[in-house]
Amino acid sequence: MNNIRKNRLKDQIFRGWGIACTLLGLVLLAIFIGSILIDGLQRIDWDFITSLPSRNAENAGIYTALMGSIWILVLTTIISLPLGIAAAIYLEEYSKKNRFSSILEVNISNLAGVPSIIYGLLGLEIFVRILEMGASVLAGSFTLALLILPIVIVSTRESIKAVPKSIRDASYALGASKWQTVSMQLLPASFGGILTGVILALSRAVGETAPLIVIGALAYVPFAPSSPMDEFTVMPIQIFNWISRPQAGFEVNAAAAIIMLLLITFIMNGIAVYFRNKWQKKLK
Amino acid sequence: MRKFKEAIIEKSLLASALVTILVTLGIILVLSFEAVNFFREVPIIDFLTDTQWTPLFSDKHFGILPLLSGTLLTSFIAIAFAVPVGLSISIYISEYAPKSFRRTIKPALELLAAVPTVVYGFFALTVVTPFLQTFIPGLSGFNSLSAGLVMGIMIIPFVSSLSEDALHAVPNSLREAAYGMGSTKLQNSFRVLVPAASSGIIVSIILAISRAIGETMIVAIAAGQQPRLTFDPTVPVETITTYIVQVSLGDVQHGSLEYRTIFAAGITLFIFTFLLNTISYRIRKKFQEKYE
Amino acid sequence: MSKKEKGIVIDKSIKRKHKLETKGVKVFYDDFMAIKGIDMTIKANKVTAFIGPSGCGKSTFLRLFNRMNDYVDGFRLEGEVRIDGENIYKKKINVEQLRKQVGMVFQKPNPFPKSIFENVAYGLRIQGINDKRYLSEKVEDSLKQVALWDEVKDDLNKSAIALSGGQQQRLCIARTLAVEPSIILMDEPTSALDPLSTAKIEELIYELKEKYSIVIVTHNMQQAGRISDYTAFFYLGELIEYDRTKKLFTNPEKQQTENYITGRFG
Repeated sequence: MNNIRKNRLKDQIFRGWGIACTLLGLVLLAIFIGSILIDGLQRIDWDFITSLPSRNAENAGIYTALMGSIWILVLTTIISLPLGIAAAIYLEEYSKKNRFSSILEVNISNLAGVPSIIYGLLGLEIFVRILEMGASVLAGSFTLALLILPIVIVSTRESIKAVPKSIRDASYALGASKWQTVSMQLLPASFGGILTGVILALSRAVGETAPLIVIGALAYVPFAPSSPMDEFTVMPIQIFNWISRPQAGFEVNAAAAIIMLLLITFIMNGIAVYFRNKWQKKLK
Repeated sequence: MRKFKEAIIEKSLLASALVTILVTLGIILVLSFEAVNFFREVPIIDFLTDTQWTPLFSDKHFGILPLLSGTLLTSFIAIAFAVPVGLSISIYISEYAPKSFRRTIKPALELLAAVPTVVYGFFALTVVTPFLQTFIPGLSGFNSLSAGLVMGIMIIPFVSSLSEDALHAVPNSLREAAYGMGSTKLQNSFRVLVPAASSGIIVSIILAISRAIGETMIVAIAAGQQPRLTFDPTVPVETITTYIVQVSLGDVQHGSLEYRTIFAAGITLFIFTFLLNTISYRIRKKFQEKYE
Repeated sequence: MSKKEKGIVIDKSIKRKHKLETKGVKVFYDDFMAIKGIDMTIKANKVTAFIGPSGCGKSTFLRLFNRMNDYVDGFRLEGEVRIDGENIYKKKINVEQLRKQVGMVFQKPNPFPKSIFENVAYGLRIQGINDKRYLSEKVEDSLKQVALWDEVKDDLNKSAIALSGGQQQRLCIARTLAVEPSIILMDEPTSALDPLSTAKIEELIYELKEKYSIVIVTHNMQQAGRISDYTAFFYLGELIEYDRTKKLFTNPEKQQTENYITGRFG
């Protein structure tokens, strides 16, 4: 066999290897989801969703965790959305290229890489202790809002950047001020992209466990929170707690709760992708 | 009047941007404040050289090495798995696969990164570990091998997506030159495109490492909670992140030495990821200039 | 080279005689017909220039001979392209082998981001040749052929990106020569260069035709007149006229050709 044919063979082998690698992750994910569905699907019924936690695996439900996650989701959105979008607008439209703006950029890029558990430590000291919020939904939401802030900022900036320059020029040429241009032209035009980024960031927040454990969110909470200052648990913590228990019944519960959590995560991702496609078409 | 309103708006937008600086300062201050208190009681030499970590026992030792080795071991396994696979995926998608396949497979792979990590932990503990035990008889129920591999699955998209972007950005003229000389796709990929895209690929790998080092739930669930200075992948270990979770789940008094240990552990973690992120940011900036 | 090799079989004795032929060639990009049925025979050891206005299909036609169009989305070919009588689009053809024989120089200099030495040695390395002495000889020889050796002999390990545009293009030609092709395709090789570098490359082409069959696409009619033996005029995917360069430029048969070379359009 000469070299050229050997090279061709190697090329074909790599092609096969490449396909195998590409499918590997997806196949593993499919196996995993399949095994979880087998374990947990039978456990899901209305009672499971509406029951309070219990020491008894058969009676335990995810009601408080689900409510906790919804509270967290809503409050995190309220806190991070205005902050993130405002910061992105500043960086994209207002800030001049100088030392200060490059410090801001480096800083945001670094924050995006800080492990989530470190945000937990930050939240524990600042929100739980110094601001005396305790291990409340509010403290948890502030912590997660800071965690997803860099993601919201980066994706918002990209969406604003994608708006054609001609729209800015047209607006300024008509005598619009900077803020009028931003609020009446740029934000509406980039809305779809911003929405996509925000939903993806929130879907990450829904799945976060570690920072909330660190700020002291409890595994066992007998009631759903009724105000931002109440203590809480969330779905991932509930799952973690059930995984940690030795009795087999809780493993089934964990699988069932994972199905619920994955459902929420995938639906959010699906919505995000839907908005992104719609927006990209519109932008063209 | 309009000018005044514009100025107010600009200032409040600026204030929002400054929040990000406050967050960084907050992290650094909180970590160092508690860590300084910690090092008042525990000599930094002991922290760095003691080979035992037993702050919750009566015979207390505060050596970070066992936690560090646990973190590095699980991360190493994850990276050793994710980098070859992720890089192969990126080359396959960018150079071999039809364009339509590329459009569907990229978002599908990114779904792997969207799965909550607590879910991966469950997968490692209940599926991967029992599976590995069938042909590694001595494998403990909690081990770094299974946790590391599953963490590898999670970070595949970090490597594949960013590397693919970098390969995609290599000018087509180089591809043509290589094909024109009679290169196969494989030769073109490894001799021309990967070297040309190396900075982007390195950035993707550094980010993946940083991600693995900071990952918490997978290792907390599947790698165990026993600080142990070892590089044996079959036994339980404890990572820095797991330790922080372990203490947080317990009932530790605020202001106690045990409470401060999690900040000492946290600052160690922060320094590592900060260095990695800074390096990757530098490379990325240089890389952007190269193509602009 | 064994006779069993599924590439083009080269008999050493006729190595310097390679004829390119097309028979009823049509090229489609999806539904668009870019080449509308061309029969052509290109003579060995001559310089043949392809001229015509932008979008006339001359580059597409050139790239048929080393199958570089294979990478374009929606590319489809009808008819036959033959080198020494063998259809290079039949299934059994080894494309890598073909491209070793049919070298190509591109419009913009595209050296690899590697050292000067590694650029020239690339084609040999991918064939599995790693013998240091042989490579050095080949690199020196190729660089001398393009008259670049004296300029770079002390900087062989420096990055090729640091060279000037004209030097880069000569390096790209040297890179092609190193694998000893028999045919060299050039796709507007001087369009990105200054006049001085252009003159050097033209001189080089003139010398190279002793050993190689050269096909060159050019926008520049003076260039075609200066360096080529034969010229083909393409228009809207068709071969309008093909003749000895002198004849085509002084006494064209077709009105369209005359209009083009006298500058009335394009």
